[in-house]
Amino acid sequence: MEQIYPRQQNQCKLVKAKPESIQLLLQYSKTLNIVNHKGLTFENNLN
Amino acid sequence: MQLQATDPVLVQNYINGDEKALEILINKHNQRLTSFIYSKVLDREITEDIFQDTFIKVIKTLKRGAYNEEGKFLPWVMRIAHNLIIDHFRKNKRMPKFQGSEDFNIFSVLGDDKLDAERQLIKEQIEEDLTLLIEELPEDQKEVLVMRIYRDMSFKEIAENTDVSINTALGRMRYALINLRKIIEKNNIVLTN
Repeated sequence: MEQIYPRQQNQCKLVKAKPESIQLLLQYSKTLNIVNHKGLTFENNLN
Repeated sequence: MQLQATDPVLVQNYINGDEKALEILINKHNQRLTSFIYSKVLDREITEDIFQDTFIKVIKTLKRGAYNEEGKFLPWVMRIAHNLIIDHFRKNKRMPKFQGSEDFNIFSVLGDDKLDAERQLIKEQIEEDLTLLIEELPEDQKEVLVMRIYRDMSFKEIAENTDVSINTALGRMRYALINLRKIIEKNNIVLTN
């Protein structure tokens, strides 16, 4: 019978981002400061 | 029983400066978003990178006040991730990534023409030994050999500089090489790289 299914059939796998990735994002958020002034946006990362 | 705040409330709290709200949002959607990215890219490291890039965009948009709340936080985040996945595949198409295996290492066929450290040391040692051997040659032969090899002078220039004919310069060079070989053989010196 002809092979009609893809080789990688079931790639549904429950995965979670690593805690380090989440920590990095939280740290990034804390240090990021965005200021709007007279229509101009200034991004500062106070790290 | 603890009630979990809805996405719109968490988003609003975060915009108002509550960093804890972001942590709740990330943890709430972590598995769903990460699994979605992984199902497309099938690589754990790339999944982490796209997950981070997605939330960096989310954070920037929310902090800029550019987020338009319509009660659809998760679909919006998924859309950002989806676009980043497409970017990833586009970039890889332009610049395909090669992964070596146990059977084949790309560096076995790719390399620069520079000597490795060991060969470089051997080369330097040979050059040093050769300099000592040249010192053993008669003065006229040594002079021609040094001008030719180390100063890269033509035989015409050597002849002019030493006040001899080109044929004499060529002859001296020939005898210099013959004598060098003799010294090497006589002393059982190995000059290889």
